[in-house]
Amino acid sequence: MSVADLSTTFSNAWFPTPVFTASGCASSGKELAQFFPLKDIGAVVTKSIMNKARLGRPTPRMAETPSGMLNSIGLQGPGIDTFIEKDIPWLVEQKARIIVSIAGETIEEYSTLARKLRSVSGISAIEVNISCPNVENRGLVFACDPEASRKVIDGVRRTIGGELPIIAKLSPDVTDIVSIARGVVDAGADGIALINTVLGMVINLSTMRPHLGGKTGGLSGPAIRPIAVRAIYQVHAAIPDIPILGMGGVTSGRDAFEMILAGASAVSVGTASFGNPMAIPHIQEELKSLLEEKGFKQMKDAIGFAHRSDEQHE
Amino acid sequence: MSSINKNAAQLRATIVGNKLVGQYHQILISVGDLVDKCKPGNFVAISVGGDSSKMILRRAFAISRVAHSTSFGGTMELIVAPHGQGSKWLCAQPEGAIIDLVAPLGSAFGIPTEPVQVLLVGGGYGSAPLFGLAEVLKSRGCKVDMLLGASTSSKIYAPMEGKRSVNSLRIYTEDGSMGIAGKVADPISELISDLDVAVIYSCGPMGMLAAISAITADKDVVHQCAVEESMACGIGICMTCVLPVRNEDNSISMLRSCIDGPVMDGANVMWDLVGKNPTVTQ
Repeated sequence: MSVADLSTTFSNAWFPTPVFTASGCASSGKELAQFFPLKDIGAVVTKSIMNKARLGRPTPRMAETPSGMLNSIGLQGPGIDTFIEKDIPWLVEQKARIIVSIAGETIEEYSTLARKLRSVSGISAIEVNISCPNVENRGLVFACDPEASRKVIDGVRRTIGGELPIIAKLSPDVTDIVSIARGVVDAGADGIALINTVLGMVINLSTMRPHLGGKTGGLSGPAIRPIAVRAIYQVHAAIPDIPILGMGGVTSGRDAFEMILAGASAVSVGTASFGNPMAIPHIQEELKSLLEEKGFKQMKDAIGFAHRSDEQHE
Repeated sequence: MSSINKNAAQLRATIVGNKLVGQYHQILISVGDLVDKCKPGNFVAISVGGDSSKMILRRAFAISRVAHSTSFGGTMELIVAPHGQGSKWLCAQPEGAIIDLVAPLGSAFGIPTEPVQVLLVGGGYGSAPLFGLAEVLKSRGCKVDMLLGASTSSKIYAPMEGKRSVNSLRIYTEDGSMGIAGKVADPISELISDLDVAVIYSCGPMGMLAAISAITADKDVVHQCAVEESMACGIGICMTCVLPVRNEDNSISMLRSCIDGPVMDGANVMWDLVGKNPTVTQ
């Protein structure tokens, strides 16, 4: 038996497969296009873009850790205008499904970004990154504050209208992720992306100082996967109707399947692409085989399967 | 298709040689026709530690030389210092071991169109790719002189066969244990005028590259340097290996040393801003 249907949806956006790039781990797609056609995967989630060009944080920007890595990029990017002019048309030409990730320093900046994207054709959805850990002021991590989170999503929703699905990307560095998720859904988010990196630090034993130029960084990779699975499980249990874009250390089809069982409608692959440029197509193939093995005719039937009671399992 | 990583391919390749040369390992990998696309300056990204490793990132190594038709077909040579966990793992791989690699990556050294005088400057095992480069330059009729430097004699990499391609080779060690006591940058200013050097090619630690750039700043010499900044992916997607580079309009860009490098124009790299918070003037 083969899986007839790997497709997934986020509100009105349809994707042929549930395996996407993760924002910040695929730049704007050009670098990976040498290794596989971008149209063959579910979607390209572009690197979080801000209103103005940004140089980011000083080097060193990364440190490998056991089964993971810390990064401290600080949202380096060309700014939204250049991005819309150069990167979007190229991705459209590749026939890739595009999810644009946006990041702002203020609630107004998110609305400005949404306004600029409103009339751009070829975009499937917007990921609102309110949880980048690599900002100067931790108070600016909107996703750590329920009220700020709501305000950002509310502003984007009002600006963008009802057409384009909004996916709010949340941080695991909070006491109660379910309450943050409820807040952004109330404010108009159509989906939740879980999880952004976990704030961490490495001390360099030669200099006996923090290793990263930005001192702290975001931990990613298989090391954080159980945290992601837990967050997805909790949010899906509380708000089962809201689609979740799961991420955090997905490296194999097994990992993608695990997140789908926990409640993810799709998964993003980030750090795994650093170690293997072919990670995403490989994960997609492995996921397909696993779904077939377990007897799922369509991927959608597996979403949140881990929540079913044993009676339902029959 | 994109123009980024346009020659790169991922393949499983066999190690066909692994021998100790001084403190370094000379590792030979059979890569078939891929050698046709490898140019001096390019690098390779290798998976380390095996499938169940806790090391999730590839390690980048400069391709020191390629050979086209050996008994193993096309081969690439790497000179590896077993310093970290990843490079130690690679150096421990026996002949016959299969590794997962992505190559060739990054920019290459530009080769002059005219047969000019060039100076090659290597620091530590940074000298490795310069020998392959020397062969190419010599075949184009360039006159090639070389300077190698390191803290001590055991860190000098200078294979006998590599010396054939160079007109002269001078070695500098900081502790005086081999060659001339001093730093490799010391004689460069004088050599530029004595030999009428048109291009300097350099590969080695950041401090050495910065010192050469300072020397060439007010001289009519092109300085092509191969930079080394820690990188997670090697293919341009992680944005960790950036260096501040001056644009034509004097603004600064943080360029990725994996795809906009490793070979960069030394005159444009803003060495004094490396590791600092650049002002947002992009």
